[in-house]
Amino acid sequence: MSDHINRQTWADKLRAYRKNPFSAFLFLLVVLSALITFAALLFLIGHILIRGIPHLTPSLFAWEHTSANVSMTHALINTISMVGLALLISGPLGIFSAIYLNEYAKRGSRLMNVVRMTAETLSGIPSIVYGLFGLLFFVTYLGWSFSLLAGAFTLSIMVLPLIMRTTEEALKAVPDSYREGSFALGAGKLRTIFKIVLGSAVPGILAGIILAIGRIVGETAALIYTAGTVAQLPDNVMSSGRTLAIHMWVLASEGMFVNQAYATAVVLLVIVVGINALSGLAAKKLKKG
Amino acid sequence: MATKQLEGFMKYVFMMAALASILAVALICVFLFAGGIPAMIEIGLFDFLLGRQWTPVDTPPSFGILPMVMGSLYVTLGAIVVGVPIGVLTAVFMSHFCPPFLYKVLKPATQLLAGIPSVVYGFFGLVVLVPFVRDHMGLIFGGNGSSIFTASILLGIMILPTIIGVSEAAIRAVPSSYYEGAVALGASHERSVFFAVVPAAKSGILTSVILGIGRAIGETMAVIMVAGNQARMPTGLFRGGRTLTANIVMEMGYAADLHRAALIATGVILFVFILLINLAFTILRRRGRS
Repeated sequence: MSDHINRQTWADKLRAYRKNPFSAFLFLLVVLSALITFAALLFLIGHILIRGIPHLTPSLFAWEHTSANVSMTHALINTISMVGLALLISGPLGIFSAIYLNEYAKRGSRLMNVVRMTAETLSGIPSIVYGLFGLLFFVTYLGWSFSLLAGAFTLSIMVLPLIMRTTEEALKAVPDSYREGSFALGAGKLRTIFKIVLGSAVPGILAGIILAIGRIVGETAALIYTAGTVAQLPDNVMSSGRTLAIHMWVLASEGMFVNQAYATAVVLLVIVVGINALSGLAAKKLKKG
Repeated sequence: MATKQLEGFMKYVFMMAALASILAVALICVFLFAGGIPAMIEIGLFDFLLGRQWTPVDTPPSFGILPMVMGSLYVTLGAIVVGVPIGVLTAVFMSHFCPPFLYKVLKPATQLLAGIPSVVYGFFGLVVLVPFVRDHMGLIFGGNGSSIFTASILLGIMILPTIIGVSEAAIRAVPSSYYEGAVALGASHERSVFFAVVPAAKSGILTSVILGIGRAIGETMAVIMVAGNQARMPTGLFRGGRTLTANIVMEMGYAADLHRAALIATGVILFVFILLINLAFTILRRRGRS
């Protein structure tokens, strides 16, 4: 009931603002900024969808890519292979290192601090620097030339800190009583980790992995000089191929297929937004479960 | 017996995985520096950093990256000017002015803004912002639309989710007694928020700005589509410019020998910028903790 006593009506607020124009000005400023932010988002997404959806023609999904139909099927398949390959490398690495940091390393040990610092450094490095490193190391030094594999290794270093951090947070959220209970029943450390701890941390780990997929799908700069921009279905992991994001970049910068670029942007946007929504769902499940 | 060995073995497997990130950073440093530093020495560090001419295919070639350094700095500064006020004020809105039903929509929306790939931002800039700037600002200020101004606007939008997310968390972490105290002293809601709560969150807000700078300076694909990319000293807000990141992407495809090494050295400079930003971030966070 006391709520009602302290509640301001709009008329009260208006009166208060008239007495205190500076407060009104601050209020306007805040609301205006929020409006600008969300108007920009709505305009961007609306513009791409409205201009792009009418151009989603069947020829854009034709099996054979020609310079006339600029089909994106090969790019979609390449994107899926890239995601699979990169996760195959970064998934176990990221999850295992998070297990080490959370379950084995002593709190505040020097190794742990160094690992954490390097992971933070990695997450701040821009994707073009990853691309440059991939070109120097995987493509040139290891002699893999432009290939899916070189791109996948480059991307797995890029998403490693993300997977590490989210997995570590998920492991931290598992109550110690679970571990103690498992130990008390005679299970070893390994069995406890794999059967008890990882099991209850799955939604959190999944949320991180899905976020990583989103980054891989949207990545361009790290892939141009590692996976290359050839428009083809690669024969194996050692041949070059462009992902959807690169395909989109080539279309947009050539400027010959603007409508098709819009349509490709729609597909890219829908995939990335869907992936992010999925990650949010997984994270929510973690909170509930 | 077998399980005990497995236990020990797996511990080493986990440890090896943890060492992977250290190895990655070490490899990145070694290969970037080994590829770039010889070029800097050959060109001369002074000529490389402060040279105003980037004409890699002329004879004799000239490798001065000052235009690109300035391009990156201007574009980043522009992004901060556009993105920080709007971002911080939006964070204030989200934390203290937003009704709960709206918050449920707006919070995922900011995450959506963070998830949009930079090529899509770049494409949006290319088909919407560039023509807009050309047609509406070009009459007064000149230029063809691809400019530092356009890139600043686009990057300003791109760093919004970083600024909003980190600032909002910082503002929410301020104890509610600050706000309550201010209101109890008779200050209005707006004044309490702006003069009691926000100043208390300033180190968190500064962190968000630093993260935003890191994102803006490293952004490649979006900038390359709207900034014009002319490799000369930027002459005005509405004229084109080239950033360090764009320099690498544009020329790496055909560069050879010293030109290629100079591009790698460009990457080294970018990398050093990022390391400095990370350092600032770490120092700031340590200070925030103590």
